[in-house]
Amino acid sequence: MKPHRWAGRTILILVFGFLYLPIAVLVGLSFNASGLPTVWSGFTLQWYGALASNSDILGAASNTLIVAAFATLISTILGTLLALGLENRRRNGTVVEALVFAPMVIPDIVLAVGLLSFFSRLGLPLGLHTIVVSHVIFCLAFVCSIVRARLKHFDHSIVEASRDLGASGWTTFWRVTCPVLLPAIIAGALLAFTLSIDEFIIAFFTAGAGRSSITLPMQIYSMIRFGITPEINALATLVMGVSATALILSQWLNKDTLR
Amino acid sequence: MPAFLRRPDPRALPALLWLVLFMVVPCLLLFAYAFFERGTWGGIVYTFTLGNFARVFDPLYAGVFLTSARIAATATAIALLIAYPAAYAISRAPRRRQPILLFFAVLPFWSNYLIRTYAWIVLLNREGLINSLLTSAGYTGEPLSMLYTEGAVIVGLVYNYLPFVILAIYSSLSRLDPQLAEASRDLGAGPVRTFLRVTLPMTLPGVAAGGVFIFVLSIGNFVTPALLGGGRFQMIGNLVYDQFLTANDWPFGAALGMILILLMLLLLTIQARLTDRAAGTRPPAREEAA
Repeated sequence: MKPHRWAGRTILILVFGFLYLPIAVLVGLSFNASGLPTVWSGFTLQWYGALASNSDILGAASNTLIVAAFATLISTILGTLLALGLENRRRNGTVVEALVFAPMVIPDIVLAVGLLSFFSRLGLPLGLHTIVVSHVIFCLAFVCSIVRARLKHFDHSIVEASRDLGASGWTTFWRVTCPVLLPAIIAGALLAFTLSIDEFIIAFFTAGAGRSSITLPMQIYSMIRFGITPEINALATLVMGVSATALILSQWLNKDTLR
Repeated sequence: MPAFLRRPDPRALPALLWLVLFMVVPCLLLFAYAFFERGTWGGIVYTFTLGNFARVFDPLYAGVFLTSARIAATATAIALLIAYPAAYAISRAPRRRQPILLFFAVLPFWSNYLIRTYAWIVLLNREGLINSLLTSAGYTGEPLSMLYTEGAVIVGLVYNYLPFVILAIYSSLSRLDPQLAEASRDLGAGPVRTFLRVTLPMTLPGVAAGGVFIFVLSIGNFVTPALLGGGRFQMIGNLVYDQFLTANDWPFGAALGMILILLMLLLLTIQARLTDRAAGTRPPAREEAA
């Protein structure tokens, strides 16, 4: 066997080890009865049970789901329409392209303090609704980029065929364009959902004071600052599991575009 | 209408309006705040000043800038050194296995940043996994204090942003025509020379894109220095955080935010130049034909 193949394999094993071992340790510890990293004293689900009776965590989890649901819904609609609009033109103005690209590269701390300044300048009370408004910004950009990639592979002659056969614009959209785009739209929605449930910095700045609008990442942040507990390991495992499931599903739905 | 302002399709308008209202306007507001004075009890006094930008050169803050630039630069260098071989190995794997390898390399990036940082607290703390492994391996000295050091902050930044750097370099490598490297080898260049004179220059845009990304996000970070640095290492992100949430000096915080944006635009411009140049690059055949 060629030496470079072994070198490549070794590099990949090392890099994937570096990426996944820390997460694996966390997952393993969440099932450890002793709750300590040093001693394995048997398998338990007690830390997961402790989560279910922690009202702070349950409240934060429900806030996160509310925010993510609305942010996903709005950003999927806006992002899909944006993709359709952008791909309908052979070229878009550079200002428009920059506007659509910006949410993916702007440092989140800048967007966070900008939004805080903006909302308080308007005198708008902060809460879950301001987090939703803020999350839609970057979620729609990612939905748009996934749907756009799909549209680039889209065979436009089937749309023309549908129109030639007498279907109206709406019928063509619902019966032709939408079914072809649907996997990409759902993939985008799943990505938007994960981005929203995991987003911390912007939510932290736009949530306002008080427990009523604390999201799960904010709850996790305050727990981490007080130290390591087995409950955090269990919570981290659950959150990672939800994200990974949504992302793998998203990738699987969108696999035709990527090929 | 000039080409760069070409009127968008009506379906794009709702999203574009959303972005203008909730991203552009807040950034412009921040830009305006950066030139105003802070009131005695916080708040904003609408008198024009350049003082917020001048304060950046105050030794107290200049120190934070230098520390965060050093930490971000070290993290960037380490990430590039790990990501390049990884991306290269993925790009040389069998073609149908590449998408899945890439997906799993990038997967952690989309998951929860706090949790990935927390994982390193579990590994690095004094009673943590690494110290207990050392003890069980026969090490009897004091437990190593790895957490709350500059090294821990750097490891955290590299760990969190590595997937994206791999993705950026891979996308450059996958666009590279393999015949170029073959041609170089056929013309008698060794593997090292081929890499340095052909592959590396042509994939520099990907390296630059990944590097800009991790550098800007690191220098503006406040979570990793707070959690893995124990608050002992301030980055520009921590300064912005403090101005808005504890010091109540929004104009200075806004000025710092603008500096982050300017830095990002500057680096992205350099990256775009590199991309243009690489697009016009032919393998350097003329010089040093030896």
